Amino acid sequence: MALSQMTILEILKYPDPRLKQESDVVEVFDDVLREFVISLEETMRAGPGGVGIAAPQVAYLQRIVIVDVSARKNTPNNGCMVLINPELIEWDGLKSGREGCMSVPDFTGNVVRAERITLTARDINGEACEFSCEGYEARAVQHEIDHLNGLLFLDRLVSRRNDLFKRKKYK
Amino acid sequence: MNHWYMLTVVGEDRPGIVAHLTHALYEGGCNLGEASMMRLGGNFSIMLMVQSEETKHTLESLIEPVVDSLGLHAHIDKIKGRLHEHQIPDVRIHVYGADRVGIISQVVGALTEAGLSITDLESDVCGTEDMPIYVMIIEGHAAEGVKALRSALDIIANSGVDARIEEIETMIG
Repeated sequence: MALSQMTILEILKYPDPRLKQESDVVEVFDDVLREFVISLEETMRAGPGGVGIAAPQVAYLQRIVIVDVSARKNTPNNGCMVLINPELIEWDGLKSGREGCMSVPDFTGNVVRAERITLTARDINGEACEFSCEGYEARAVQHEIDHLNGLLFLDRLVSRRNDLFKRKKYK
Repeated sequence: MNHWYMLTVVGEDRPGIVAHLTHALYEGGCNLGEASMMRLGGNFSIMLMVQSEETKHTLESLIEPVVDSLGLHAHIDKIKGRLHEHQIPDVRIHVYGADRVGIISQVVGALTEAGLSITDLESDVCGTEDMPIYVMIIEGHAAEGVKALRSALDIIANSGVDARIEEIETMIG
């Protein structure tokens, strides 16, 4: 496959068991990886949300995610982030928000995520990088990193009726 | 399995209603779709999509022993609805205030006029018996934009009800 050739990859849908598997650390940063990332990004942009994707969603069980929320109005962002072997190193604040997933069609639900995060990762060339994200972008990053650990947003749903946190019991 | 029915069951709440009801439906060869069960004022209530080849009358007979033994009331309607029809709401409205007659009607009336199509509505009466508080959460689709809804809520707020609107941003990853 030529480097310039882009491919829309097939999105795995739950209950495909591969979505519940942990992905492997990327160790080789070569042309195969670069070609895959191009196709992964193309697949993300073709999807209904188009703001994030994780490699295991296309049956490639490696720790690679892409997040790009820059097309949204009034949304703080870091542009298009290709995050390889991402690790959250700091998080702060909790907020409930609605999520859906290309791997779980026709369902959206509320999930509590950190409002602000800092993460480290490797870029496409294997260089170390660090990002700070907030709000919608932070939510997208956490949703995608969950995929690398075999977790879906279904694993983190909170009740619609008793939103957010369980009420404290006062005596 | 080509008929969808909406089964509504209400009555005094007690443990085990859902288990008994769904067991009877399962034994009768029914497939269950989406459901919403709630306790309202200490009463049990459920709405349940039931798919079956049987007639409405046969379904009624199927659940009759459970309904009768638990002192419940059931109602079955044949429905046109089907699965995979979810709408994603883009706005959530929180309303609370001292309970009084007409809150829902007033709030929902103003919002509907401003373009709101409601997808979900939940309300509770809490507080104490002599000072009841009304709390309502509405989700829906703002066909004429959120600005129109804000104007409607400003008018409502003048009548002593606290109302807040927030946009729901759904992140699909």
